[in-house]
Amino acid sequence: MKESIEKLKKAHKLLKTFEYELKEVNRGYTDRTLYINLSDNTIKSKPVTQEMKDKFIGGRGFGLWYLWNAVTGNTKWNNPENEIIISTGPIGGTTQYPGAGKSLVVSLSPTTGTVVDSNVGGYFGPLLKFAGWDAIEIQGKAEKDVIVFIDGNNGKVTIEEAPEEAVDTHILIEQLTEMYADSEEDKRNISVVSSGRAAEHTLIGMLNFSFYDPRRKFVRIKQAGRGGIGTVFRDKKIKALVVKYAGVKGDTNKPADKDTINKLGIKMHKEIHDLDDMQNSMRKTGTSYLVKIMNDYDLLPTHNFKFGSHPEAEKISSAEWKKWFTVTKTDGCWYGCTLACAKTVDVYELKTGPYKGQKVCVDGPEYETIAGVGSNCGIFDPEYILECNFYCDTYGIDTISFGTLTAFVMECYENGIINKEITGGLELNFGNKEAAMELLHQMGRGEGFGLIAGQGVRRMKKIFAEEYGADPDFLQDIGMEAKGMEYSEYLPKESLAQQGGYGLTNKGPQHDEAWLIFMDMVNNQLPTFEDKAEALHYFPMFRTWFGLNGLCKLPWNDIVPEDNARTDEPAKVPEHVQNYVDLFSAVTGKKITKEELILQSERVYNFQRVFNLKMGFGTREHDRIPYRSAGPVTVEEYESRADRYDKQLKELVGFDPEGKSTEEKVKVLRKYREEQYQKLCDAVYKRRGWNENGIPTLETLKRLGIDYPDVVEVVKKHL
Amino acid sequence: MILKTKPELCTQCGQCEKVCSRVWFKEENPEKSAIRVNSKGDGVLINVCNQCGECIEVCPTEAIYRAKNGVVRIDKEKCVGCYSCVGFCPTMSMFFHKDVQEPFKCVACGMCAKECPTGAIYLEK
Ligand code: SF4
Ligand code: SF4
Ligand code: SF4
Repeated sequence: MKESIEKLKKAHKLLKTFEYELKEVNRGYTDRTLYINLSDNTIKSKPVTQEMKDKFIGGRGFGLWYLWNAVTGNTKWNNPENEIIISTGPIGGTTQYPGAGKSLVVSLSPTTGTVVDSNVGGYFGPLLKFAGWDAIEIQGKAEKDVIVFIDGNNGKVTIEEAPEEAVDTHILIEQLTEMYADSEEDKRNISVVSSGRAAEHTLIGMLNFSFYDPRRKFVRIKQAGRGGIGTVFRDKKIKALVVKYAGVKGDTNKPADKDTINKLGIKMHKEIHDLDDMQNSMRKTGTSYLVKIMNDYDLLPTHNFKFGSHPEAEKISSAEWKKWFTVTKTDGCWYGCTLACAKTVDVYELKTGPYKGQKVCVDGPEYETIAGVGSNCGIFDPEYILECNFYCDTYGIDTISFGTLTAFVMECYENGIINKEITGGLELNFGNKEAAMELLHQMGRGEGFGLIAGQGVRRMKKIFAEEYGADPDFLQDIGMEAKGMEYSEYLPKESLAQQGGYGLTNKGPQHDEAWLIFMDMVNNQLPTFEDKAEALHYFPMFRTWFGLNGLCKLPWNDIVPEDNARTDEPAKVPEHVQNYVDLFSAVTGKKITKEELILQSERVYNFQRVFNLKMGFGTREHDRIPYRSAGPVTVEEYESRADRYDKQLKELVGFDPEGKSTEEKVKVLRKYREEQYQKLCDAVYKRRGWNENGIPTLETLKRLGIDYPDVVEVVKKHL
Repeated sequence: MILKTKPELCTQCGQCEKVCSRVWFKEENPEKSAIRVNSKGDGVLINVCNQCGECIEVCPTEAIYRAKNGVVRIDKEKCVGCYSCVGFCPTMSMFFHKDVQEPFKCVACGMCAKECPTGAIYLEK
């Protein structure tokens, strides 16, 4: 290993060195950002202003602000002026409170064309801050593959041409960790951001963020999956970003009030210690516990979101994963995350592809991957899921988009919209795991039908209609994308609030804004439009806040205090909300309330909505959802839940289903449900302070203090 | 090596807490002691690490280890002050204080036992 690493390193060509003064963090901020332009190898330090901190807080907020200033309404994802911005946030890097090491990545997305944000674990964001930078902002495009190395102990940034390292993540991260660490002990001070070969051939590329696991003795990864940022990364010819910082301590983030943070953190550790086994068992099986729950409640996407459960779901539930996972008691993606959901399968022997026969470690699978590449494609084979998970990761592909688009392709194939000739021989029926696997390898090699599928559902709909004569309306109904992003893996059909939770998002249908299915459908806590609108205001705002601060959402409600059910609003987990209020105040020294917490998010959220407008999106028409996410498209789907739908027709629509054909019932139900969704939009827009076209009003911008001239100018065109 | 207790003999004089903090932190401050004496119902609870080793497994940096003499110890160099070990100690015998970055616990040095007037604490090999 040593020798080969030396050889790789020798091949590096130094393009630029930038030396900087080391600087301690102060109350969660370093007050400067590292700007890099790869077209001309500029490296410079930019100040973080008080205004930025007040209005945009950090993390995703900083990313949006920098990107807004970098691009025009005409910028495309592959123009040099597009940026990738990575930032944690003021709380990020705290070691005491579980889930405080996230990085937020912002860029213009290849699939949606507008701004996208992604939240990811691994050590990069915190180490970057401790190295002296609140954010890294990368613009321009390199000519040849480069590595950017930030040495946080010696105050040096280099851009190095790196021709010989692997592109695929599982090899590259080992090479670079070995290369930049001084010793075995030093490895934990390195974090690498990388993608993989398929990110070069598709639009659904993602980024891997690494961290070294001293117990397993190998480098592990977490993914910034959504929106194709890996594709932007490879288009900029970035092979990797590497940060190194040795010396993380409990107070490296230099909070204003360390004592409070200690107490909050320990309270959470104890809560997790006492209750996790009785609640979600995250420490033992990670998020895989969700498979069974979703299946039981008819919410597990199956066969391209047609159905919500499957008799074989048991085969891919946490009981199965328990057999595979190598659980340690420290499976956190940053220090101090005792919820420890980052599970791995330490030794898995690959059966296909370029690494066939090799024994590898698979990071995951997480719930979204299991449901996406598994049940949604009608595949209930744990080994396929592992194989697919591994290759998606190392190739740099988002498992959620891959799963959802493969399910779409499969339904098209079964409907004769595409055939073997078009797929180059792949028999893409539901459940055909060999074909699905080959599709993924085609994306890796950049050939065949993989090139078409890798464009994502939105573009496939266009290609299938224009080139193969498919019915565009049907494709629109079953193609599970909105705003150009593939749906994440929850069946929203029977919960109107969740349809809004997916449709009324800023970046596209990703459940990280709102997950209201249980509140709405199971517990019936949101009976009126106003109730739903209130939830679709509060929860997206509340959840946005995690991304401003470098936090993970899971320790908020995947563990709850013992008495949570007896509080006024159990869905909000009031005690944890208070923890976050106190945590923010303790880190920054700026006292906030829970109302101000929401206000902080609202500001950034509305700014992002306006950003969408700037990019030509963000109006009512773009909040449209495919009908499959709102109700049964086909006779088959209707009949799978005929009792429920018949009852609804009778009781809610006032239509007697007796003796009517299923086709007719589908039509009547559809009309009703589509109207409901539109009414929901009206209610939500009103609650969010937007006009009937979904545009934030000038009063709203003013109230939030983001009525900057260029923001107002964008909005004015639409008022 | 392990520090054992006989709470029924303890008069809650607090001598052990003073000794411990003096030995390890050069000040007499019960909040910086690795042994804590509290009332519990009618009796006394002497809270001190029993060297069970649970905390070794939850430390993300492998800073906690069992030394040759059986005592569970913390390598301060490796510790990142996350306090996972504090929250996960079954008997809450891992302590913290805002002045110190790393948590602390009983390392069975036996200094407190030497000065305990009633023999309520003693070192067992
Ligand atoms: S044995 Fe030593 S470390 Fe433990 S309580 Fe006594 S004096 Fe403190
Ligand atoms: S500190 Fe707690 S967990 Fe660690 S060895 Fe002592 S009693 Fe066990
Ligand atoms: S506080 Fe230090 S010794 Fe305790 S678990 Fe965290 S890193 Fe390990």
